[in-house]
Amino acid sequence: MTMLENKGPAAIPSPREITTEPRFSDKLFRAIVTTGGLSSLVILGLIAVFLGYQGFEILAKEGISFITTSEWTVEVDSFGTITNTTFGLAAMLVGTILCAFIAVLIAVPVSVAAAIFLSFYAPASLKRVLVSIIDLMAAFPSILFGFWGLFVLMPSAEYWAKLINRYLGFIPIFEVDPPIFTRSPFIAGVVLAIMIIPIVTSISREVFSQTPLDRIQAAYALGATRWNVIRTVALPYARGGIVGGSMLGLGRAMGETVAVYTVLNIVYQINWQVLFGAGGNVASLILLKFGEAQPYEIKALMAAGLVLFLLTLFVNFIADQIVAKSGSKGR
Amino acid sequence: MTQSYVTPKPSRPWRPSPREKAINISLIVASVFSAYTLVAVTEMKGKLAYFFVFFAALAIFNLIRGVITKDWMNGRDQFSSVIMLLGMTIVILPTASILYTVFDRGRRGLHAGLLTNDMSLATPSDPITSGGLLHAIVGTFLLVAVALLVSLPIGILTALYLTEIKGRFTRPIRFLVQAMSGVPSIVAGLFILSSVVYTVTKSYSGLVGSLALTILMIPTIARTAEEVLNLIPNDLREAGVALGGTQWRTVAMGVIPAARSGLITALILGVARIVGETAPILLLTGGGDAVNFNPAQGAMGSLPFYIWKSFLLGTEESITRGWAGLLVLLVLVLSLFLLARFLGSRRTK
Repeated sequence: MTMLENKGPAAIPSPREITTEPRFSDKLFRAIVTTGGLSSLVILGLIAVFLGYQGFEILAKEGISFITTSEWTVEVDSFGTITNTTFGLAAMLVGTILCAFIAVLIAVPVSVAAAIFLSFYAPASLKRVLVSIIDLMAAFPSILFGFWGLFVLMPSAEYWAKLINRYLGFIPIFEVDPPIFTRSPFIAGVVLAIMIIPIVTSISREVFSQTPLDRIQAAYALGATRWNVIRTVALPYARGGIVGGSMLGLGRAMGETVAVYTVLNIVYQINWQVLFGAGGNVASLILLKFGEAQPYEIKALMAAGLVLFLLTLFVNFIADQIVAKSGSKGR
Repeated sequence: MTQSYVTPKPSRPWRPSPREKAINISLIVASVFSAYTLVAVTEMKGKLAYFFVFFAALAIFNLIRGVITKDWMNGRDQFSSVIMLLGMTIVILPTASILYTVFDRGRRGLHAGLLTNDMSLATPSDPITSGGLLHAIVGTFLLVAVALLVSLPIGILTALYLTEIKGRFTRPIRFLVQAMSGVPSIVAGLFILSSVVYTVTKSYSGLVGSLALTILMIPTIARTAEEVLNLIPNDLREAGVALGGTQWRTVAMGVIPAARSGLITALILGVARIVGETAPILLLTGGGDAVNFNPAQGAMGSLPFYIWKSFLLGTEESITRGWAGLLVLLVLVLSLFLLARFLGSRRTK
């Protein structure tokens, strides 16, 4: 009391200025973090710009035939100068899509079944172990899948391909003209399927785990069996997420290089016979041709890289849209 | 006043009774038996045939059992549970096969000097005991370290933007990070080739290889770090601001230290993602056979390159070397994965 009296009326401090304006340190912090956050945009943009810049000459020369024709020739005269070139990517684009679709066709049913098992059947302790194994599988490098596929999977996959050909050979895509069953798109598709199974499984499991518990319990209360609950509640609810996850898997399968290069017999022709040992995809073509390519052909490879990049970006975009929209539907 | 209470015997009606267990086991035995007969009679052969016939028989037996004990709906339920188990088994089988194959075949390529010699004085076709992996391990270590230097800050900044700033670009950036994780590794290699190698350095080196790896690593780090930062309770941020801290101080002194072990997990998962990445390495690093400590200059060997080269040569010795290289790579990935798991489990407690 006494102290206050002594100070007199002048002791009232002037009111502090209250503002929502962030301080300098915060402005700097936000600027730096935003810049860092936008780096993904910058990198993706730069990829498109540089590949487009390097491949522009080829794209301008070939035009639309770069993706519609399938001839890839570089004629060189005896002095090593290039006399004539034709670059058409269609065969490899067909191969890319074919292998990726085989992979998705095999991987999705298996992954969804596994995700259902993990979400609705497995006891908690087993579930933890199995989820760890699937995460580990996702961390395996592709070179591991490639050489495992070549040395271990190939013999048995070849045998199964022969069986399919014998009993379903009347269907055009299962025809095999000269009987070469090794290194076929089918086997590459199986290897790719094994590679994308972890992604599809973990995304499906995630959407299954978000199924509203009250709907599940309501179904049980109405006397549904476990399978009824899965079919009428969980699957409709998770459909969007599963489709999105499969699209992500498709994107991965399209861009895979090393595993396809090791397993597949890369032949530059359009091949719809999935069991016949010839095919390829864009990524493995780039790796194959890169070693002996002259600067001019490398430009064509850059253009091929651009096409692949845009293709995977497109697939990812669709997947993202589907995943974002899912989650609210279901009976 | 004596009232006798009858203590009910504890029962677990949800557990299978001994009779049901006996039926289960006999169904499995019957399936094994029918798998053997069918494989012997028809022309299907191989381990996979046993596997599929076993599951098909088990599913059908369970269907019949379900229909007999209750009704058609119950039968379908039993049937579908076997199908789901089949799916899970198909997922696990390749992993088991890969682990077994790599350990089994890689074992033969192990020798005393594997981790201390390089290949500068040996060719892959020499006897197994000459040469080793030192140059590849040093190279992989340097590639990963340089890639980490670039991608860790960018990845964590991206995660901070998504969790702390939550600005206008949150949704597009989340998509772009997702899209970036889908960029094919060969495209990342081509991009660095066109943007750095042809314009600036004009030569292959470890450094440009790391730059390509950075592109593949950023999305993994960013997404894991985002998940981890989302787990930090908002109370911490509010407490920091309520104490008068700026957002910068709150994040630097409160949020990031709280998420430290999770961020280390993100780092480790990022490393595990790129340590075996092959395609950009093949395009960019040149793949030397001698130990090279300078990432900025000269050809840089690495484990994926060594494995690739050994397998493609195709002689017996070189293939054994390739498996040994894969074994070392797999052990590396496994230990990184277990480390991340360990840190992750400690975080949640």
